[in-house]
Amino acid sequence: MSVPRVEFVDRAGRIRRLALLAVVIAVLAAAPAWGGRDDLRLLAEIYAYVGLASLWNLLAGYAGLVSVGQQAYVGLGAYLLFALTLLAGVPPLLAIPLAGAIAAVVALPAAVLLFRLRGHYFAIGTWIVAEVFRLLASQASVLGGGSGLSLPVGIVTSIAATRQEREFLIYWVALALVLLVLLVIVALLRSRYGLALKAIRDNELAALSNGIDVRAVKVIIYLVTAFATAMIGALIFLQKLRISPDAAFSVNDWTAFVIFMTVIGGIGRIEGPIIGAGVFFALRQTLADLGTLYLLLLGTVAIVVMLRAPKGIWGLIADRFGWQVFPLERRVVLDERKP
Amino acid sequence: MLDWINVIVQGVLVGGLYAMFAAGLSLIFGIMRLVNIAHGDLIVLAAYLALVAAQTLGIGPLPALLIVAPLMGLIGYVLQRLVLNRTLGDDLLPPLLVTFGLSVIIQNGLLEVFSADSRRLQAGTIEVASFPVAEGIAIGALPLLSFLVAVAMIAGLQFVLYRTALGRAFRAAADDAEVTQLMGLDNRHIFALAMALSLAVVAVAGVFLAVRANFDPAIGPARLIFGFEAVIMGGLGSLWGTLLGGIVLGVAQAIGGEIDPGWQTLAGHLVFLFVLAVRPEGLFPKVRA
Amino acid sequence: MPEGLLQVEALDAFYGDFQALFGVSLRVETGQAVAIIGANGAGKSTLLKSIAGLMPTRPEAIRFDGAAIGALPAHAIAARGITLVPEGRRLFASLTVEENLLIGGQLNRSGPWSLARVYALFPALAERARMPAPSLSGGQQQMVALGRALMSNPRLMLCDELSLGLAPIVVRDIYAALPAILAEGTSLIIVEQDIVQALRAASHAYCLQEGRVALAGVARALTREAIAAAYFGV
Repeated sequence: MSVPRVEFVDRAGRIRRLALLAVVIAVLAAAPAWGGRDDLRLLAEIYAYVGLASLWNLLAGYAGLVSVGQQAYVGLGAYLLFALTLLAGVPPLLAIPLAGAIAAVVALPAAVLLFRLRGHYFAIGTWIVAEVFRLLASQASVLGGGSGLSLPVGIVTSIAATRQEREFLIYWVALALVLLVLLVIVALLRSRYGLALKAIRDNELAALSNGIDVRAVKVIIYLVTAFATAMIGALIFLQKLRISPDAAFSVNDWTAFVIFMTVIGGIGRIEGPIIGAGVFFALRQTLADLGTLYLLLLGTVAIVVMLRAPKGIWGLIADRFGWQVFPLERRVVLDERKP
Repeated sequence: MLDWINVIVQGVLVGGLYAMFAAGLSLIFGIMRLVNIAHGDLIVLAAYLALVAAQTLGIGPLPALLIVAPLMGLIGYVLQRLVLNRTLGDDLLPPLLVTFGLSVIIQNGLLEVFSADSRRLQAGTIEVASFPVAEGIAIGALPLLSFLVAVAMIAGLQFVLYRTALGRAFRAAADDAEVTQLMGLDNRHIFALAMALSLAVVAVAGVFLAVRANFDPAIGPARLIFGFEAVIMGGLGSLWGTLLGGIVLGVAQAIGGEIDPGWQTLAGHLVFLFVLAVRPEGLFPKVRA
Repeated sequence: MPEGLLQVEALDAFYGDFQALFGVSLRVETGQAVAIIGANGAGKSTLLKSIAGLMPTRPEAIRFDGAAIGALPAHAIAARGITLVPEGRRLFASLTVEENLLIGGQLNRSGPWSLARVYALFPALAERARMPAPSLSGGQQQMVALGRALMSNPRLMLCDELSLGLAPIVVRDIYAALPAILAEGTSLIIVEQDIVQALRAASHAYCLQEGRVALAGVARALTREAIAAAYFGV
């Protein structure tokens, strides 16, 4: 008797795909050799945004949790980094995952509160939670209060001896972090969790009646996202060497731009945020001199894309040509063996 | 003791202003389930328009309002008709993203035209006038006026909603927008009228904001958040609930601010989160979210 | 051959990739009541939705008074005098009975029907005018839905499953009102699961089966066997 089995559709061929990926990673890892200081900074910034956008995509595009408050964890991770290094003497690079872990713990009660809300209310609730974090940070005078503070020289030099070594190290950590985030996301989506997520995204009620513990899945996704977002936040501000509540918890920098990137690139697909980040930074680099006009243009592009191409750039491409970079599409194969 | 009564009175009066921020939001959310992230920025836009009108024409805030309100109404109609109508539907994201984009555009547009300097709309002596109400308690004329205007505005909106054919159409569209079409109503037009009304209300809020405090292009999002807190605490679909939500917020902030100035906004947020935790549907919900 | 009030010609309807109607044609003359019967999923409601403008349709597939209305939006079709009484009533839940009726008359089309006339037809509604619509019984809600449609003084009224969820005696009362409606000049299309009631109320009938017209003719002349065959596709 034939038994149907599920396999991944892998059109481009596994070997070819892995080889291409390896080449790209190798080139990026070698950036300190071919790139200057500014290039490394820019690349690290791109990695951070790709990470943030991919995580937001996981939350909103896959788990259906539209949050406009992820800046809460960017800022929390950043402040935890400063607190751990300044007040507890933790080595900066070790403080990054530690900040992520603590943020995940904080995220649990936040999730319990926020998950009482649905849809619009949930979204606004996440923003207000972020505002609460920001205001609490402003009250923490030991971490600079409202005006913030700079990372002391002693801690900066403890990362590495020379400035060049520091910059290389931070760059590699940024690259490793974003690759890790993407790896975790792909692994998650290829697992049974991923199938559950797709089910939840398509029809939550049906998923529930099929025995999927929707709530548990959502909480786990929320915590994982908080963990990774906080780590990225910690790294961003480690590189900036300076923190302030308004910068760390900025809704524009860490939510509006992230959402723009994800939606322009294509929500609900892994490739989307990467493409979106590319477009965002291409625009920024070419139009940076225009200042506020650049932001006006960005807002307009976001609106136009949402109205004309709601699936984003990658959505258009993938639907047209059937491409996928990350093999996530599944199909059921009915065995042809005769009984 | 007297101090605390004063504080609470001030909080109640500020609540009127918050209700003004919130009323337009409440209307739109109730009718179209649209979350307008740019709402606060639109209040600030109205404030700047009033400033320009006042300065170029040499008039006071009230005549400026008579110009700005219809203008904002027109902007609302066009905005809804051309852009926002196309985002309506079950999905949360399109209106969210489009209004985020709008928010960025308005903030940076205002920054480009007016710079980041703080401005204020002059209103004359009313700004500092106050009435002594009881032993040691005085009420500022301006806060009292904004409160009374807020109440009048909500009463006016209630009148429109419950005693006019247009209001009936608004409520019907909120219930079932597919069936209103069968009655011959053009939803695109109805929703655009609702947004026009909402922005006319925003104009009033903007003028009072401009007179009461210094404003600059960046203060929009904070007003949006206060507006949302008032709407959600009051309960979806109830305009009087929104007034009450505004008052609760105002009082919470006033008490928090009295304990420690840095705690003012935070106290409001914490009270909001508390209400959300124990009674997510709000104090006077009429409609299910 | 003079065209009828409503002429549906080779109408197709799709829900995404799924085709619900295949080349359906029918005709309603002024002053007629036409019944459309068929099993669940046969496409009856889809047909009414297409006529009412809620589904994308080829312009010439539907002609009303000679004009091609297929591509018009729902509110424009309502303005021309075609009103749908939707399946399941779909009253406005936060409006009172009277407000539901009034909004039906929002278009202010001229004709015999007014609030007073509707109350005369359905006295039970007059007593409950200020009550919220959802508080009424199923039968009364159906009366409100009918009254709401009548308030627009339609030339053609589309009734989708009037008997849905109602007790037989209540259904009889509802159908008892139809002759008065016809007499005032409104033609009817009646979609029904209750075949007996439908064939009694209408002069002509069509039977749909899986999106196609399986049987058509004068209601009185249709035999039981013919109906059963057309209904089930046997």
